[in-house]
Amino acid sequence: MPADVFADVQPVPGVAKPDPVLVVDGVNRHFGGLVAVDIDHLEVQRGTITGLIGPNGAGKTTLFNLLTGFDTPNGGTWSFSGNDLVGLPAYRVARLGMVRTFQLTKALMKLTVMDNMKLGATGQSGEKVFGALLPWRWREKEKEIEARAEVLLERFTLAHMRDELAGTLSGGQRKLLELARALMVEPTLIMLDEPMAGVNPALTESLLVHIKALRDEGMSVVFIEHDMDVIMDISDWILVMAEGKLIAEGGPADVAANPAVIDAYLGEHHGEAATPENEVVESEGEDGDG
Amino acid sequence: MTGRAGSRLLAGQHDPVDDPGRAAGHRRFSVPRLVAIALVVVAVALISDQAMGATGLLGDNTLVAQAGRSFGARFLNTVVDGLVVGLIIALTSVGLSLIFGVTGLVNFAHGELVTFGAVVAWFLNAGTWGFQVALPVATVLAVVAGSVFGAGLEKGIFGPLRRRKVPNISLIVTTIGLSLVVRHVILIWFGSGTQKYRDYATQVAKDYGPISITDVKLAIIIVSLLVLALVGLLLMKTKLGKAMRAVRDNRDLAEASGIDVRKVILATWMGGAALAALGGVFQGIGFAGVSWDLGFKLLLLMFAGVILGGLGTAFGAMVGGILIGVVTQVSSLWLSTEFKLVIAFAALIIVLLVRPQGILGKKERVG
Amino acid sequence: MDFDIVRSFVDAMRSAFGTSAVLFALAGVGLNVMFGYTGLLNFGHVGSLLVGGYGTAITVNLGGPLWLGILIGITAAVLLGLLYGLPTVRLREDYLAIVTIAAAEILRLLTRSSALEPLTQGVFGIQKFADNFYDLNPFPRGSYGVWRITWDANTLWAIVVGWLLVALCVWLVWMLTRAPWGRVLKAIREDEDAARSLGKNVFGYKLQSLAIGGAIGALAGVFFAVQSQSVNPDSFQPIFTFLAYAVVILGGPGRALGPVVGSILFWFLLSFTEAVLRQAVSAGFIPDWLLTAQEVAAVRWILVGLGLMLLITFRPQGLLGSREETLIDAR
Repeated sequence: MPADVFADVQPVPGVAKPDPVLVVDGVNRHFGGLVAVDIDHLEVQRGTITGLIGPNGAGKTTLFNLLTGFDTPNGGTWSFSGNDLVGLPAYRVARLGMVRTFQLTKALMKLTVMDNMKLGATGQSGEKVFGALLPWRWREKEKEIEARAEVLLERFTLAHMRDELAGTLSGGQRKLLELARALMVEPTLIMLDEPMAGVNPALTESLLVHIKALRDEGMSVVFIEHDMDVIMDISDWILVMAEGKLIAEGGPADVAANPAVIDAYLGEHHGEAATPENEVVESEGEDGDG
Repeated sequence: MTGRAGSRLLAGQHDPVDDPGRAAGHRRFSVPRLVAIALVVVAVALISDQAMGATGLLGDNTLVAQAGRSFGARFLNTVVDGLVVGLIIALTSVGLSLIFGVTGLVNFAHGELVTFGAVVAWFLNAGTWGFQVALPVATVLAVVAGSVFGAGLEKGIFGPLRRRKVPNISLIVTTIGLSLVVRHVILIWFGSGTQKYRDYATQVAKDYGPISITDVKLAIIIVSLLVLALVGLLLMKTKLGKAMRAVRDNRDLAEASGIDVRKVILATWMGGAALAALGGVFQGIGFAGVSWDLGFKLLLLMFAGVILGGLGTAFGAMVGGILIGVVTQVSSLWLSTEFKLVIAFAALIIVLLVRPQGILGKKERVG
Repeated sequence: MDFDIVRSFVDAMRSAFGTSAVLFALAGVGLNVMFGYTGLLNFGHVGSLLVGGYGTAITVNLGGPLWLGILIGITAAVLLGLLYGLPTVRLREDYLAIVTIAAAEILRLLTRSSALEPLTQGVFGIQKFADNFYDLNPFPRGSYGVWRITWDANTLWAIVVGWLLVALCVWLVWMLTRAPWGRVLKAIREDEDAARSLGKNVFGYKLQSLAIGGAIGALAGVFFAVQSQSVNPDSFQPIFTFLAYAVVILGGPGRALGPVVGSILFWFLLSFTEAVLRQAVSAGFIPDWLLTAQEVAAVRWILVGLGLMLLITFRPQGLLGSREETLIDAR
């Protein structure tokens, strides 16, 4: 289905999409004299899985931070489902239905798995300070939220852990929890920052299934990933960044054949062994993690 | 890639990291901004002068002594006095700021490092320990003792806590506890009274044109300026100084590029504590004498200076400290001396409102 | 003088349930909302107490009724909490700590200043403004208590009202924090970016936390002022805040009852050590060259400082916190 959507879209950077959920114009971010992000124009098609790739330090996480209100760009405009997001604080962006996760998981370790889930729910009057004092009013909603959380936990195979502190989960389970928690916000666009990083192969497989399922339910997904196999497997469309710019985009086949992409990656790893330590240091440093 | 980034840092340039954890320094010195701030301060002071009129709020001894002189002379002398205060704050806050920059720790026990220096020098100078040492020598010894104390704190407390990954908030609470312990140990050890150093106890001011100043205060100005200049040079030119800045800007990157981060942190503690001790001795000589809570009383002024200049930068601490000293002292020309501290703390809060990164700090990610 | 351990114990018990314990329990409950639940490092908590105490004293002194004074004091503390938060809450926690301690000092220095003397009576402070409170005392004159642990009628009246206030505030905090509101606070304490990414207005919650914590702090200040019938600028030194931290950390940050348990235990330990040390010094068990009677007070603070350092490092969850949470810290 999604492949049809892109039938008439040319694989050139900044190309317009038939039904964009996210539109970015001229967003740029400088640190000192260095340009971390500089996007002329970018559109994300609604209801598809869009992969965002690029060498370390390409500015992928910074772009996520900018778009979701966790960082402020030096200039530019962007909108989500027709809502102008410029200057909007992160929590308002999330409430509009554009929810992000983080490269380093932010499971709330000292809260139970269930409390983590409930936190994602919106519209709970008990979260207001005066509403909190009227338990008979928030209890009903709480039950509703809990029921919704149960379903999601079941789906992400975390139901047996519901009353455990999130800190007792394994790294992979925390990734799952973070994804499930984000879904509690009922997003229409979900932005995943390396959801597969540090997750064992079996869990990666199930995460992939989950992400595809989200798309099939009509959600839009943007995700940052390093693993090329994963990208090629599930992306309907791929965006490629290097040195802050959008250098290429297209379907998996287009991108794989694009010389600019190959150049960007070869240039990055030229004459050096990329040890795991290097990876960590660089991605944290250059991308400026969440 | 990593090696390249490391050498870039060592060359004194900045990496593109926007690290929300640290208000890292950006050494673009903005003269117009400083001038603007100075002008605002003077303007406010002038306005309040008219508002206060001759209501007799002036209560400072030095002002009474200067009552017969022209306003210009009084102003100049107050500025010089403020310079002495400011240089002492600058000396003591460099360590506070650098330790924050390199380790991310806000040390509420930094005042006790200041007291420690003043007290050690006093004991040496007074001959309590069976031998009497001239104050300049005692000062040098106190500075050495201070740096050993600083090393002890890092080795014995903060290093191990950092390796245990104790959260930042807990570390700050630890420094509060440490401050209580050290301050009251000094209280028992030194006593609750205020003591003058045996040397330089009485001083006569000499006139240099319109400015009249005691030899000791002049010496404090000169030595402080020399020491601060030396610190600046060390930071800019030596390998250690560059390593400190590299660690401050990005610890992981610095470590990956072969810098021995633990050694750098230890050196920062030793240097910072040594400067604090020196400032403590100067405070004891130049002003109130030595007391068990001398440093604690300076702590908030140090914070004011450090935040004014930009938390984490040595140069910010210097400029901010001097500014705080001069502004508070000059304010006493118009306002009651009771308001000196109020003004310093108010300045601190206003700076955070308008420019949280301080005069010399880099813009920090907010919200 | 004889060494009398029973007397030390009686003194300590009186202290553990007396006015100091009430004062620090109340102050601690307020601090717990900010520090324990939200992770906000407010080092100017004593400023809220000052505002509460002086608000009451000044209002009554100017001819207003006591209840109005209390209301004014609490309102002022709420505003102070917002004032603390507005410039700093968006910055790293260190900035809040520095600004709040400075702001509390500004308040203390201002109440001390001769310029505000007509209002605050400067360094002498204000006395005798709470007669109305003691007029309501239902206890007839006499001595009340268990065994040798006794109080006079007026002190007992203050203590009873004080512990009732503590109970009320604990109940309020418990209601708030077991509700979804408290869940958001705890999320912010752990990772505010996570809370933000889930659509929570972190800035607003932090301000609410500062306002509520400040209001309870003001109530502590009101209790202090009314009970002692006096306010004085130098009762509101920064060290008060640090002691309140010790109380909260001892009891267990983020537990509704933590500050209450913490305060009782804190005052018991503090008074007991002091009483024992004093007796030991005067009985000659501790030689003079080591410690004199005047220095006993300093030893107390050293012990408090050490306790603070050890607790926050090795048992940050306090007495009431679960071990499970600490294990997660150690991961």
